[in-house]
Amino acid sequence: MEVLWSLVVGVLVAAGIYLLLERHVLRVLFGLILLSSALNLAIFTAGRLTPGLLPLIGADATLPPDGAANPLPQALILTAIVIGFGLLIFALLLFYRAYYQTGSADVDDMKRSEEDE
Amino acid sequence: MTTIWLTLPVVLSLLTAVAVFTCQRRKWLCDLISATSVCATLVVAALLTYEVILNGPQAVAFGQWQAPFGIVFVADFLTVAMVLITAIIGAISVFYAMADIRTKHSYTAYHALMHVLLAGVYGAFLTGDIFNLYVWFEVMLIASFGLMILDANKTQIDGALKYVVLNLISTLFFLLAIGLLYGATGTLNLADLNTKAALIAPESQVLLSGLFLFAFAIKAALFPLFAWLPASYHTLPNVVVALFAALLTKVGVYALMRVFTLVFPLHESGWQSTLMWVAALTMLTGVLGAASQFDIKKILSFHIISQIGYMIMGLAVYTPLAIAGAIFYVVHHILVKANLFLIGGLIERRYGTSHLKQLGGAYKAMPWLAFLFFISAFSLAGFPPLSGFWGKFIVIKASLQTSDYWLAATALLVGLLTIFSMSKIWNEAFWKKPTNDELESKALSRATLYLYSLPIVMLAALSLLIGLVAEPFYQFAEHAAQQLLVPDAYIQAVLGGAP
Repeated sequence: MEVLWSLVVGVLVAAGIYLLLERHVLRVLFGLILLSSALNLAIFTAGRLTPGLLPLIGADATLPPDGAANPLPQALILTAIVIGFGLLIFALLLFYRAYYQTGSADVDDMKRSEEDE
Repeated sequence: MTTIWLTLPVVLSLLTAVAVFTCQRRKWLCDLISATSVCATLVVAALLTYEVILNGPQAVAFGQWQAPFGIVFVADFLTVAMVLITAIIGAISVFYAMADIRTKHSYTAYHALMHVLLAGVYGAFLTGDIFNLYVWFEVMLIASFGLMILDANKTQIDGALKYVVLNLISTLFFLLAIGLLYGATGTLNLADLNTKAALIAPESQVLLSGLFLFAFAIKAALFPLFAWLPASYHTLPNVVVALFAALLTKVGVYALMRVFTLVFPLHESGWQSTLMWVAALTMLTGVLGAASQFDIKKILSFHIISQIGYMIMGLAVYTPLAIAGAIFYVVHHILVKANLFLIGGLIERRYGTSHLKQLGGAYKAMPWLAFLFFISAFSLAGFPPLSGFWGKFIVIKASLQTSDYWLAATALLVGLLTIFSMSKIWNEAFWKKPTNDELESKALSRATLYLYSLPIVMLAALSLLIGLVAEPFYQFAEHAAQQLLVPDAYIQAVLGGAP
């Protein structure tokens, strides 16, 4: 199971990086989105896939039962998703503003900050 | 009692951000809250430093979840040094902002975001949990995004675009590294990782530490991943760029220092020789980039990169002396670099441009400013007895001790080239007669001029103090380096138990 998901992550990361290298800013954004989702999956896989019990501790026990899923990676991913969502929305609006001002969505046309006035 | 001091810098900054955000158009109220807050944080940081010097590293666990399960805040010597210097820069920036950007439309939003940024920086320095470090990085990042695009013009948006994309990639890789590290060790606590990361298979260790190195190298603007810095920094308002130049890249350097001493000791990680090359090339490319520029802000932006090289050189040599030198250098650099940007900002405000070809005659107009620039610029280049000299001296001496002569030679050459760039600013902006007669200097009101010069004088005085009375500062850095290389006290503070 882990092997399969590792491959999925690998393919998604490869696709994300390919899109990042594109010239259209929207594709760059899609690349970032893909990369961020792929990395969340990677954390999930690294935390071991245990198709097991809920990680709930019984009223009379002090430890979760054997074979319970590890809740921590999910908590990490949840945090990362929320943060990633905020950052990507910001990036989308920024890209739109840049497109609106330069009239072009080609990254090659966005050199204003590196030119000498 | 210390438990409160440890969290106060973050809490105070976040509360202030909220309070300032509600001010909207009442600028005087915003100024009042903002100034009170930074002064209070400065006191807190000073008390925290005193406490840690007296009693050694301190830690606090949140919500009664003891380490390694809960999130902890830890303060050792390096942390308190960074927190104190951040508090100083925070205070300086707030006062300078009152002079520099008070007429801007989003003035209060600038203040609110500056406090969020400071909270993120404090959090990143204080946290003892690697995932929490990621969260503070993001807090810092989103605040810096906000500061970049407030009242932005076209150039600023264009610079922000590059900054945003490259920094997002950096945090994504940081996140990946954390996920894999957790998969390999089952813990996220830095002190706990110290023992557990050593148990990972050596090949996996190289891969994991490589991922961390890549992520932090973008943050710290190391060669060849620094492209975002010269593309974006020079487009920003001066107070913002001074704040960024002082703090953002240094958080990356701090993270490198922490991870490559506590989690993956550098000499065992297999990246030491790579990091030496990276340090040398960072120094060289930064200073050569600066030599080709003709704008004060662009020159100074490139110099940030070159100076980061010295700190990484200290880390890469990895002896107690070298790490002490790197820590000394970070503190010196934050003061001096922020000050140079502030001086550049005053010149730009006065003459309406920061382009060297159009400037001139500032020496005649403001001899005191020329003197302060002189101190900061020569300190940056490393003239004795200024603070930069000691930083460079320690780092280079350490590299000679380990027989890395080429590294020492590069560092000395870069120092020489730094003087070239600084004397270029001196000649063009201060010394020469203005080339076009239309260059008129705007008269600033007395109060504004005081608000501008107070931070500049303070920073120059601090830099002079570190240079002239270097001994206690050096001893502090030596202690901090000792704690980094032999982290027993740190681990004991977090996890408890016998030393």
